[in-house]
Amino acid sequence: MDTSVSAYNENTHVESDQALPITISGLTKRYGSLYALNSVDLEIRSGEFLTLLGPSGSGKTTLLMAIAGFNRPDSGSIRFGDSEMILMPPHQRNVGMVFQSYALFPHMSVAQNIAFPLKLRGVKAAERLSRVNEALETVQLSGLGDRTIDQLSGGQRQRVALARAFVFRPRILLMDEPLSALDKKLRERMQIELKQLHRQLGVTTVYVTHDQREALTMSDRIAVINDGLLMQVDTPEIIYNQPVNAFVADFIGESAMLPLTHTTNGILEFGGQEIVQTPVSGTDRTWSMVIRPERLEIADKQAVPNESLIVFDGVVRESVFQGESAFVLLELSDGTELSLRAGGGTDSRAQRLQPGEQIKISMQRHDVIVIPAGQE
Amino acid sequence: MSWWQSPASDTQVTHGGRLWLYILAIIIMLLLVIPTFIVIPMSFSDSQYLEFPPSTWSMRWYHEYFGSNKWMRATWTSLRIGVLTMLVATPVGTMAAYALYVSGHRAARLIFMYMLTPMIVPVILIAIGVFYFYGRVKLNNSIAGLVLAHTALAIPLVMIIITAALRSYDLNQERVARSLGATRLKAFFVITLPQIKFSVITAALLSFLTSFDEVIVSIFVSGGKTATLTKHMFSALRDYIDPTIAAISTIMVLISTVLLLLVQLAGSRDK
Ligand SMILES: Nc1ncnc2c1ncn2[C@@H]1O[C@H](COP(=O)(O)OP(=O)(O)OP(=O)(O)O)[C@@H](O)[C@H]1O
Ligand SMILES: [Mg+2]
Repeated sequence: MDTSVSAYNENTHVESDQALPITISGLTKRYGSLYALNSVDLEIRSGEFLTLLGPSGSGKTTLLMAIAGFNRPDSGSIRFGDSEMILMPPHQRNVGMVFQSYALFPHMSVAQNIAFPLKLRGVKAAERLSRVNEALETVQLSGLGDRTIDQLSGGQRQRVALARAFVFRPRILLMDEPLSALDKKLRERMQIELKQLHRQLGVTTVYVTHDQREALTMSDRIAVINDGLLMQVDTPEIIYNQPVNAFVADFIGESAMLPLTHTTNGILEFGGQEIVQTPVSGTDRTWSMVIRPERLEIADKQAVPNESLIVFDGVVRESVFQGESAFVLLELSDGTELSLRAGGGTDSRAQRLQPGEQIKISMQRHDVIVIPAGQE
Repeated sequence: MSWWQSPASDTQVTHGGRLWLYILAIIIMLLLVIPTFIVIPMSFSDSQYLEFPPSTWSMRWYHEYFGSNKWMRATWTSLRIGVLTMLVATPVGTMAAYALYVSGHRAARLIFMYMLTPMIVPVILIAIGVFYFYGRVKLNNSIAGLVLAHTALAIPLVMIIITAALRSYDLNQERVARSLGATRLKAFFVITLPQIKFSVITAALLSFLTSFDEVIVSIFVSGGKTATLTKHMFSALRDYIDPTIAAISTIMVLISTVLLLLVQLAGSRDK
C-alpha cells in the first residue's frame, strides 16, 4: 500500500487498513432437512486469497452469504479477527461484495455507484471524488465515471462492481462467481487482473467459483466443498497433487481411479504389481490410486517395473490429436479405462498410435496418489 | 402486390387473411367506447331529459353541476376519499408486496392470494359485510370507514403492480447496498424505490381511481354528509333523471382518461 492510503485513514475512522482473518467454526445451515452447510470449520488467513470451490448446490453461496450476513446460520460462529459477527447486520460488517450479476445501480452513474459506500460513510465530496478517480484508475476505467451503467460492456461492469467493493477499503472482500458471465478470453484476463488487484490491496478475499481451473490459477488456498461439507483446504499444488479423497481427486483436474488390493506384507498392489506401502492409518479399509493423464507416459515395449517406475499393459482405444498435446484413451487388462496426455512435440509416439494396439505405459512411483476408496 | 396480399407477420399470413380479425377487433373496441360516446353528447343537450342525439346544445347541465352545493360537496367528498385511499393503499400495498416477495416464506404465496380476495369476491358481498361490521363499530357514514373499505379494494391492485415491478428487479442490488454500509431501510429507499417508482406512481393513480369510481360499497356505507359523488349519482338516477348525470359522467371520464394516460406514461418508464 502506498503512503496516500494511510493519509486517508486519519480522517476516516470506520475503516481499517488491516486485512482481517476470518475464523469459521461449527457453521451449520439447514433448509428443511437439507444441510446447505454442515458443521463447517474454516480459518481464512489475514490477507489471503481463498477460493471456495465446489459443484452446483454444494453450499458455496450459502457460506459466502453467511460471512456477509445475509443468511443466519442455525449454529456455529463466524469471527472477523476477534469479533463475533454472527449477530452483526450486514451493513456493519464492512465487507466488500461482488455478485455474479454485478448488481450495479442502474439509476446512478459509474462514479455515483463507486461513491455510494463513501457517501454512506460520510466521506467529504472532494475526497470522495479523488478516491473514486483513484479506484477507477485501479480498475483501468479512468474517464468513464460519467457513463451510465448501460453504456458499459460486460467486462467494464465487472470492473465497476469491483471498484465499488474495494473503494471504501473493506477489511474483507467477498466475490460470488464474479467472472462467470464473461467470455473465456476476458475471463482469463480478469483472473490475472483480480489476482494483481488482490496483491495490491492485500485484503482478505473469499472467492467463489465452480471452475477448478480458475481456482487453481488464482488462489493462495482452495477450500473444496461438497454437499455442505468441507472436503479439503490447502494450496492449489497440494489440492492437485495430494487430494485427500476421491471427490477432491475427481473434481480437481482429470483423473482415473484404480482400486488397490491389500497384500499380506502391508503393501497395496494393482494387477499383481506392488504400488505402495499401505498407509499406517488404514490396513482395515480399501484404497484407490489416482492417476492424472499428464503423469502417464508411453513406455518402451521392454519396460519393467522397478523402484522408481510403475508399468501397466494396455490397449489403445482412441488417440486424439489436440494441438499442443495428444490424448490417448486406453483400456487396462482388467477393463479399467485410463487416459494419457502426452506433449505433442516431445512425445510424437502418442500421435502414431492406432486403436487396438498393445502398448506399455509407465508413471513415476513418486507421482502415485493414494486415497481412501469411495467418497467420504 | 396489394395491401391485403402482403404479409402481416413473419409467418406469411396476409393482411387479407387477417381481415376478419381486424374487423372483430374494431367491433370490440367500438363496443367498449360506445356508451362513453353516447353519454358525452347527451351532457351537452339543452333538454330537460336525457336525449340522444340532443336536439339543441348547451352547457346548461355543467352550470347546474358546478352551481349545485350538493354536487360540489359530494365531489369534494369523493376527491378526499380517493386521495386518502391512495395515501393509505399505496404504502401499505407496497410494503405487503415487498415483504411477501422478499421473505421467500412457504406461506408467502398463500398470504398473497389471501390479500387478493377483495378483488375476487363479488363487491356486493364485501359491501354487505362491511355495512354490518361498520354498524357494530360505528364507522358507517364516516370518511374513515369509506377510506378503509376502498383501501381494501385497492390493495390487491397495488400488490399486483408492485410485485410485477419487483420481479424484474435484481434484489442483489439491495444486498450489495447493505454490504456497502446501508441499513435495510436506506437500501430500500435509495436503491430499490427509485427503480420501481413509476410502478408505485401507477399503483397510486389506480388506487385513487378505484376509490373515485367505486359505487357499490359507497351506496352501502356512505350517506348524508359523507355521501360520495357516485352515491349521489346513483340516487339521482333513481329519483329524477336529468342530464346533470351525463355532465358529471363526462367529467369523470375525463379524469379517468387523464389518469390512465399518466399511468401509461409512468408504466413504460421503469426500464
Ligand atoms: N433459500 C433457500 N431455500 C431452500 N434451499 C436453499 C436456499 N438457498 C439455497 N438452498 C439450497 O442449499 C444448497 C446450497 O445452495 P448454494 O446456493 O449455497 O449452492 P452453490 O454452491 O452456491 O451452488 P451454485 O454453484 O449453483 O451457485 C442447495 O441445495 C440449494 O438448493
Ligand atoms: Mg452460488
